[in-house]
Amino acid sequence: MDLAELFQLFDSTLRNATPLLLACLAGLFSERSGIFDIGLEGKMLAAAFAAAAVAAWAAAPYVADPFPGQLSGLGLGWTAAILGVLAGIFASILMALLHGFASITLRGNQLISGVAINFLAAGATVLIGESLFSMGGQTPQLSGNARFSGLDLPLAETLGGIPILGPLYRDVISGQVILVYVALLAVPLTAWVLFNTRFGLRLRAVGENPGAVDTAGVSVVRMRYSAVLIAGILCGIAGAYLSMGTSAAGFVKDMTAGRGFIALAALIFAKWRPYPALGACLLFGLLEAIGSKYQNVDIGLFVIPVQFMQALPYILTVVILAGFIGKAIPPKAGGVPYVKER
Amino acid sequence: MKSMPRWVDLFLIPAINVFLAFLVAGLVVMFIGEDPLHAMRIMIQGSLGSDYGIGYTLFYTTSFIFTGLCVAVAFHASIFNIGGEGQAGVAGIGVAIVALTLDQTHWLLVLPLAVLGAGLFGAAWAAVPAYLNAKRGSHIVITTIMFNYIAAALLIYVLNTYLKVPGSMAPESRRFAGGAHIPRLDQMAEWIGLELTRTPANISLFLALLACLLVWLLIWRTRFGYELRAFGFSEPAAVYAGMAPFRIIMITMLISGALAGMMAINVVLGELQRLNLDSVQGAGFVGIAVALMGRSHPVGVILAALLFGVLYQGGAELAFEIPAIPSQMILTIQALVILFTGSLENMVRFPMERLFLFLRLRKEAR
Repeated sequence: MDLAELFQLFDSTLRNATPLLLACLAGLFSERSGIFDIGLEGKMLAAAFAAAAVAAWAAAPYVADPFPGQLSGLGLGWTAAILGVLAGIFASILMALLHGFASITLRGNQLISGVAINFLAAGATVLIGESLFSMGGQTPQLSGNARFSGLDLPLAETLGGIPILGPLYRDVISGQVILVYVALLAVPLTAWVLFNTRFGLRLRAVGENPGAVDTAGVSVVRMRYSAVLIAGILCGIAGAYLSMGTSAAGFVKDMTAGRGFIALAALIFAKWRPYPALGACLLFGLLEAIGSKYQNVDIGLFVIPVQFMQALPYILTVVILAGFIGKAIPPKAGGVPYVKER
Repeated sequence: MKSMPRWVDLFLIPAINVFLAFLVAGLVVMFIGEDPLHAMRIMIQGSLGSDYGIGYTLFYTTSFIFTGLCVAVAFHASIFNIGGEGQAGVAGIGVAIVALTLDQTHWLLVLPLAVLGAGLFGAAWAAVPAYLNAKRGSHIVITTIMFNYIAAALLIYVLNTYLKVPGSMAPESRRFAGGAHIPRLDQMAEWIGLELTRTPANISLFLALLACLLVWLLIWRTRFGYELRAFGFSEPAAVYAGMAPFRIIMITMLISGALAGMMAINVVLGELQRLNLDSVQGAGFVGIAVALMGRSHPVGVILAALLFGVLYQGGAELAFEIPAIPSQMILTIQALVILFTGSLENMVRFPMERLFLFLRLRKEAR
């Protein structure tokens, strides 16, 4: 394997890791506040659909008298993509609010609510997509302004001449979709919010001991709703990236393909901390990249089947959860509804 | 003191919740621009209007009874087993091994051994998460989800490496020979002189009903069932009473996994007569909705499984008759049922409690 091939692998690692990272940070906010979130998958899927649908509609030219089946849109320029992302965030927030309503206000089972959200998104996206576009649940192919294309960072070509670091900058770090950089920036931002602000302190406290936070005069309900909403926003960006920033260029049914659960796995792998979350997502992104680039990996002694590579994130999570390599201890009040009067 | 009469808790609240779920589903159909009542008529006609429809409905029902029981048994111990999908998938391997080995003999030999194989493989796939939960404290929901994905990878690997027909591209086993074909319901009806249209519904329907009876006996009529419910109600109390959580978690999950595995009898042995990649097709997840709707009681599970059988068969007919309503409608209804009977249950329960408290207070004041 030469250097160019390696960088190609890193490039796809970064692209694979982006939706994982955003969803993982979403889960981090939610679970740090004591709300289990296995509905990351559903929120991402809903966002991917809404983003692609709205972007396609906004970018399509306006037709005064469309014939049946023809799409008449707004004919917007680059704002179409922005509108798409906002729509994705909006759809994801709706799902998040449903989760919040069920698990915070009604004190229902958070796991069951998450399961329901996943199915709801899987069903409703195809249903609505079919009724809007009649394309078997897909959205129209996005092109031009309706999708994101790679951004060339400054000096990419100039610095490209430097050995190793130059091509790394030019081929891997530069030329990504803007949402990739958003995801990467979200990591230090999350760490800062969580560990250096009053909001972050309260958020973590509400996930460990909501009674104490309540006694201090801070509303547990409001803290948890804000966490769930932040999770909604992040999942929304993750979903928008999937349908608008990848080569899919549009929504395909079930396009999240279990990424919400890999993100959940990464969250546990990272023990609910932001910087390790980045590491875990990059690792799982790399595994995905290797799995799709190579079939069976021959390491001399024996051949590792590709299925093992695909299952590795899940196996690693199980191992981590079992505490064989460092124990993963979830926030103490996770999954427990808070009842004020007790 | 109980705030509500028993019948409200057991029947009225679930009924209202299911009604709400279907109300929302109806609104979705209206939003698409179709007539919900017309859609409902097509579904009922397609699922219960002919012996062909009924056959398919019962076929789906059989699978859903098994996966519903799987979730229900675990629910009684306050364990949420989302792993039915993976457990059923792995159980398919067990069934395939038995059937591929013995398909030159007779189904009377194959069926009991396949039941054993399905049960063992399903239970084994549930055993690891159960052990890790009981001994190392890993969250069983997360572990069982992960095991669903690991099962999918394992299934691809086993099919591609061991069971695939040499020279064939399709990742599926060879077709079982006649000795492993268990009787279909239409064949059984022939024994007593009835003529029915050929459908995949088969003898495992009776296995499913038997399983319901056994689960009922287990949970409400045995010492272990008592421990299981006590553990589910309050773990500290169960420990204080001298019950061993490790044993309860392990046995409960083994039974739960074995029950999920039984659906492989219905599908792999009864319908496909070969093992392929997607024999489970989400039935493991339907089990969650079935158990929630059936309030984890075997009778409730049968009724809920029948309802979902109707939905699946009727939904397929609906997608055929009205292409604007694809089969994902069923997934949406399933989600709404889980939502309303599961996580949003208190939306109905809280006002009900208040209502009955108010009624009682007024009675006492008189």
